[in-house]
Amino acid sequence: MKTATANEAALIARILAGERELFHELIRPYEKLVYVTVFAIVKNEAEAEDGAQETVISAYRNLKSFRGEAKFSTWLVTIAMNEARKRLRKAKSAAEDSLDEPIGNSEGDYTPAVLTDWREIPLEALQRKELKEKLREAVGMLPEKYREVFVLRDMEELNQEETAAALGINVTLVKVRLHRARMMLQKMLAPYLKSQAPARGGFFRRWFQ
Amino acid sequence: MNLECKHVWEQISGYLDKQLDPEMLAAVERHLESCEICSAVLDSTRNILVLTADERTYELPVGYSRRLHQRLTAVIAGDETGGR
Repeated sequence: MKTATANEAALIARILAGERELFHELIRPYEKLVYVTVFAIVKNEAEAEDGAQETVISAYRNLKSFRGEAKFSTWLVTIAMNEARKRLRKAKSAAEDSLDEPIGNSEGDYTPAVLTDWREIPLEALQRKELKEKLREAVGMLPEKYREVFVLRDMEELNQEETAAALGINVTLVKVRLHRARMMLQKMLAPYLKSQAPARGGFFRRWFQ
Repeated sequence: MNLECKHVWEQISGYLDKQLDPEMLAAVERHLESCEICSAVLDSTRNILVLTADERTYELPVGYSRRLHQRLTAVIAGDETGGR
């Protein structure tokens, strides 16, 4: 990990010193990260690809301002998130104000889906591909402020402080929104994740063997 | 400290992120040992996070990388010839 960061720092120094083509190499490990971040917010492939390109170009043009206090990936994800938000805002003002209102405003009163029916769904009925599709759909249905936090924390694995900084909110709000996002997803996806209780974590261990 | 289910649900995220203080953690774990419902809620939430972190969950459009680097090549070339 340390070496990767050191290599990256060296690469960045060379790019800034004039070896600009090396930016291709710098960005390659993060291409997917950038696309997925934008896609999870804008929910449209073509728009996400445009946004990802703009993110990468913006990173290239502003590389000077990357000081290395943050990880490069975190810096990049922050640019991607801003680009995605900008596009979403544009799309929204073009359309009508969205249906994106949170489901109730108090942050703590969320009730998860309680699984009281322990009958097991046959595994073959639950194709992993289908489950991934359901997850993508469910993420897309989260209200925006929850989705943003979920994308940064659980998809891109930024820490709380990085997420707070990227979104311009405080850490407490990051925690609260992340919890709600996860509980909303749990509620939406629980029917597809039914496993026999109480084999903790057993489902995916079996699944990913 | 004895917790009701709804109080345990409020702690699930903190539990998964290992952010509960020791007292709360102990109470949550005690509850989970005897409550199948909360265990299932926890499991399903954890499974969602496992799936979320799986890089295969989101796929790239065909040709994405090629188009991205083409665009980048053009931008870099533009810079080198002094244009923007």
